[in-house]
Amino acid sequence: MKKRDPDLLLAHAPLLRQGMTTPSVMRDVLIALAPATAASMWFFGLSAILVLGACIGGAVAAEWLFADKQARGDSLRDASGILTGLLLGLTLPPGLPLWMAFLGGFVGIALGKVIWGGLGHNLFNPALLGRAFLLATFPIAMTTWVPAVGDGGFLQIYPGNLALPFMQAQVDAMSAATPLGLMKFEQEVTPLANLMFGKTTGSLGETSGLLLLLGGVYLWLRRDLDWRIPVSILLTVVVFSAVLGLFDAERFPTPLFSVFSGGLLLGAIYMATDPVTSPVTPKGTWIFGIGTGVLVMLIRVFGGLPEGVMYAILLMNAATPLIDRYTQPRVFGRGGDTK
Amino acid sequence: MKKNESYEEFIKGVWRDNPVFAQVLGMCPMLAVTNSAINAVAMGMATFFVLVGSSFLVSSFRNWIPKQVRISCFIIIIATFVTIADYTLLALVPKVHKELGAFIPLIVANCLILGRQEAFASRYPTRLAVMDAIGMAVGFLIALLSLGAVREILGDGALFGVKLFSVNFEPWVIMILPPGGFLTLGVILLFFNWFKFKKDEFLDDVAEAERRGS
Repeated sequence: MKKRDPDLLLAHAPLLRQGMTTPSVMRDVLIALAPATAASMWFFGLSAILVLGACIGGAVAAEWLFADKQARGDSLRDASGILTGLLLGLTLPPGLPLWMAFLGGFVGIALGKVIWGGLGHNLFNPALLGRAFLLATFPIAMTTWVPAVGDGGFLQIYPGNLALPFMQAQVDAMSAATPLGLMKFEQEVTPLANLMFGKTTGSLGETSGLLLLLGGVYLWLRRDLDWRIPVSILLTVVVFSAVLGLFDAERFPTPLFSVFSGGLLLGAIYMATDPVTSPVTPKGTWIFGIGTGVLVMLIRVFGGLPEGVMYAILLMNAATPLIDRYTQPRVFGRGGDTK
Repeated sequence: MKKNESYEEFIKGVWRDNPVFAQVLGMCPMLAVTNSAINAVAMGMATFFVLVGSSFLVSSFRNWIPKQVRISCFIIIIATFVTIADYTLLALVPKVHKELGAFIPLIVANCLILGRQEAFASRYPTRLAVMDAIGMAVGFLIALLSLGAVREILGDGALFGVKLFSVNFEPWVIMILPPGGFLTLGVILLFFNWFKFKKDEFLDDVAEAERRGS
């Protein structure tokens, strides 16, 4: 907005405005993700930078390619493409071939955003759509987890990263299982401290629970985030696993393990809260959050996959228009029915 | 003049009124059997045979088929040809027949075929009806083949079973699965419509320029 003469303001109401714009919100989210991104570089070395860069590159390339000539500058400047790429990259395994990461970013923006009519019109979270596409397309590469680099290995690059386009990654001798995979298939519990500080195997951004929470608190303080969504998701997961623990404490994960393992924090704080794909009414956000939490636990505990955050959020994204429709608040002064 | 007319009927099915890209008909076989190019061609040939045969018969009998029971008559004629196609495929290429499975008998229910009988063959002389059927069937075959080729190349790194890349090729598993069919078809439809849009725009510009010039 241009600065106007304060003595003569010709405008319609509302005259008081928040400074909140799309670019400012996107910038805040990028700042909030900075600690977790830095941690991913710490744990996975140069590979993290390469994979994240490839995702962002793919997302921005799609954004640039499919944008209107006139609107091209705007859609690139609001940083939403960069954010989509970064979020997607944080959910990918560190050893993924770079061309797959690029493809994921490209598909996420092209099929997840542009095809619906651009920012604000998409039904599904673009980053998660890109990840779902990658998981369905390259199931082996997407579930090959490499352990974090050891001492002083910052400059190390996982050989899988450098596969040529359309070619397979060389079979990595060192692969490891994520805490959720260990839990599900080998009944092995990872210590909680490792989960919190990130000394685990997993996708780039999901290893450090505390840093993700830190970013979430920052977003909440900046009022960029509807706190009801992460709180209701996390509460549901805690209650669900506590109830399961009453039945069989040996077999089912503890509440804290459930919260800090896998992509739950990343998904609950940064992806489920996407204002485009989550309900707008307060009642609706509670329904959305509880539904996501229940689906996450159902998939994790009773499903065939170790991790279910992605599918849970995508399913609830699909339900969002319906939730919004049934939770419309009553218009003041009108009759009892909401229609 | 007469030659032009039948050519017109032929070419409209191949391009302008392409049964898949323009009319979006026959989606069921389109999505189900195009996971490899060879299946797509077999399906396309079977549909070709059924469509041309039944268009010929329906058009020849168009003056004797009572209007009230025409749909049942069409279906009986179509089913006859489908049965012939079914057994022929079973005898000649049992492997492909097995892969296509239930989709060969289901050609009877292909709305493209019944649609052509109802909309065209039952109203026009035999020569035009056959040309129309050939055009539509070739258009359908082209659509099936383009979808099958894309899906086989990406999903298997091969075309007609011949490997195109080195052994290290990473197959796109999704392309062989049903979602791949939807995705590929959507992208192809997108390009078809985009092309049509651009062409209309171009023609409008030309017309505008001509009007100004005269």
